[in-house]
Amino acid sequence: MQQNSTIEKDLQLRKLDAMCVNESRLVHKWYHNLKYLVVGVLFGIVFVKSEVVSWYRIQEMFRLQSFHMYGIIGSAIITGMVSVFLIRKFDVRTIYGEPIKIAPKTFNKGQVFGGLIFGLGWAMTGACPGPLFAQIGTGATVVAVTLLSAIAGTWVYGLLREKLPH
Amino acid sequence: MLEFLKQPWPWYVTGPLIGLTVPLLLIIGNKSFGISSSLRHICASCIPANIPFFKYDWKKEVWNLFFVFGIFLGGVVAISLLSNPAPMEVNPKLAAELAGYGITNYNHLVPVDIMSWSSLFTLKGFILMVVGGFLVGFGTRYAGGCTSGHAIMGLSNLQWPSLVATICFMIGGFAMANFILPFILSL
Repeated sequence: MQQNSTIEKDLQLRKLDAMCVNESRLVHKWYHNLKYLVVGVLFGIVFVKSEVVSWYRIQEMFRLQSFHMYGIIGSAIITGMVSVFLIRKFDVRTIYGEPIKIAPKTFNKGQVFGGLIFGLGWAMTGACPGPLFAQIGTGATVVAVTLLSAIAGTWVYGLLREKLPH
Repeated sequence: MLEFLKQPWPWYVTGPLIGLTVPLLLIIGNKSFGISSSLRHICASCIPANIPFFKYDWKKEVWNLFFVFGIFLGGVVAISLLSNPAPMEVNPKLAAELAGYGITNYNHLVPVDIMSWSSLFTLKGFILMVVGGFLVGFGTRYAGGCTSGHAIMGLSNLQWPSLVATICFMIGGFAMANFILPFILSL
């Protein structure tokens, strides 16, 4: 029981202001993570070939000069929505037989303040966190500085978290 | 075939492929699609500094670090095997505006005229890369997710807080691109 509550507390802490949290209670060998590496590689290729990682496409999006980014984000959301609906409807399970669980999101002011701050940064760097990794891969090595700065930003948020309005 | 793949891929192919990441990650291991959390796990694993927000078992989220390392490798593969030799085509209005700031090189995905190691130490480059990166890291964590976690995963799961976050991302981006960025680019 004691151990169970420690696990529960750890999950609660990981959930704080995080969208992606691993709720699976199964323990796997490390190499099971290689499948996420493969998904990441495919995803990174799509990122580059769709030019989502292009600073110019982001500028066009925020100036309403191109439909491209809206088409990508819109069709990605629709595909995701239909998939989640089908997973729920047919009670699809994971390859390990676990029921699929998605943590709901609770509203806090951070989504407004943080959202606006991220939006400003997005238009400056021309990249959200995913494209930063892909851009470095395409040889734009200076983006590693942007990534380190983003890690610093995350760290400072963690430091100031208690003092910020939520 | 390879020549065909080297061209930029259209939105109606790539958008659904990006969307399919959502069910794929759920089915192969009950993982919710999200990328900005990786920055938090990097903090938790390297520089936790006794901050409660970083004191958790980050090894349980290590899948996310494998995923983002894969995205980096995907960038390497795309540029070495599937690189498009032609310069990027952008809206002529954007090209005209950017030419006014000396941005004329469309051979790379990032504007090398303002984003390179040599421009890192100029005021403009520092603001765009270092300050911009900081805002991305701080803002995404404050908002609890980025484009992937909120706009794609959150909206797929019909979460209204994610809609609020996505609208705020767009407001911030429009304000920066149209009203603030022109000043930064003229520096």
